[in-house]
Amino acid sequence: MLTALLSLIGCQLVGELIRDACHMPIPGPVLGMFLLAAVLVFHDRRRKPGADDARASLERTAETLIAHMGLFFVPAGVGIIAEAGLLQKQWLPIVAALFGSTLLSIAVTGLVMHRVTRSSEQQQGAAAAISGQQGSRP
Amino acid sequence: MNKAIQHLWTPLATTPLLWLAVTLAAYVAARWVQRACNGSAFANPVLIATIAVGAIVLATGTSYKTYFAGAQFINFLLGPVTIALAIPLAKNIKYVRRNLRSIGLALLAGSVTSIVSGVAIVWLLGGSKVVALSMAPKAVTTPIAMAVSEQIGGVPALTAALAILGGIVAAITGQHMLQRLQINDWRAHGLAAGVAGSGVAAAQVAARDELGAAFAALAIGLNGLVTALLVPMLALLWG
Repeated sequence: MLTALLSLIGCQLVGELIRDACHMPIPGPVLGMFLLAAVLVFHDRRRKPGADDARASLERTAETLIAHMGLFFVPAGVGIIAEAGLLQKQWLPIVAALFGSTLLSIAVTGLVMHRVTRSSEQQQGAAAAISGQQGSRP
Repeated sequence: MNKAIQHLWTPLATTPLLWLAVTLAAYVAARWVQRACNGSAFANPVLIATIAVGAIVLATGTSYKTYFAGAQFINFLLGPVTIALAIPLAKNIKYVRRNLRSIGLALLAGSVTSIVSGVAIVWLLGGSKVVALSMAPKAVTTPIAMAVSEQIGGVPALTAALAILGGIVAAITGQHMLQRLQINDWRAHGLAAGVAGSGVAAAQVAARDELGAAFAALAIGLNGLVTALLVPMLALLWG
């Protein structure tokens, strides 16, 4: 648990340092996420995946955090009350744009992903759909 | 009786402990509500907890600053949980590698759609330019959204609010929307959640499927990159 937390916080710290040093517009945690993913993939190539305790503990800690990810957005969400004035004055364009653009973006992303994935899988002859191999369906 | 409550309230209201406990309790209760609704996406725990806490903060006349002094300990964990998304991403890296072309195309299409349609709808319905500019980067993870908003002349705090609200909209509608389009693939669900709703929508997908979590994590990171480059360029064109 402790080493797992240390790895997560450590990657965040390194991410913040890289961001500051390179003046990147990407937040430290996002850089840290790509960094940790790269380290884990590299590690898996050299050893059998999930072979050691530290890795299993990291996976458990990450699973727990991700399962409760929604909680961490609540404090920032409550900040909406500070913007209540502007939201109230222009509620129609704001609400319409939030719903319209979010729904459009979901549909476009999902459709393009689905179509291109399917056509390239058919080309490769690997028509065995991944969704079939995975246990649950969305 | 009132005096007794006040006697208890006054010292409590200034400690971080109170708002930490209120936020946690609201989220626990919101999860309970979602379970009672058979896990329906409409009973989104972020939405329910945010409304409950917001109502309590307003009703007690507490400033957001005082509230945040306590809740910042929860807010801090946003960093480590973002890093934690690396684990499902690394575990499913072979699916990511195999789908690089579709990921790139879907990401670009979804990102441009989100930016352009957000600005266009605000503009068409008579919203101000400041609101339109604050709307443009709302689909990406909050810190990137705020930085981009500031750069192009939006209001960063408004963008933060829009990012969370947009994430809630995506979390609530995403699954139904894609199922209606006959898309039953966790890769598409994860990617769409990450592109259109970043963390809040990803939380909804990630809690249910690991492959979905991997694609959502990738989408949050890459869409942050794409939006940070695209929005300032489009804003220049719009002038």
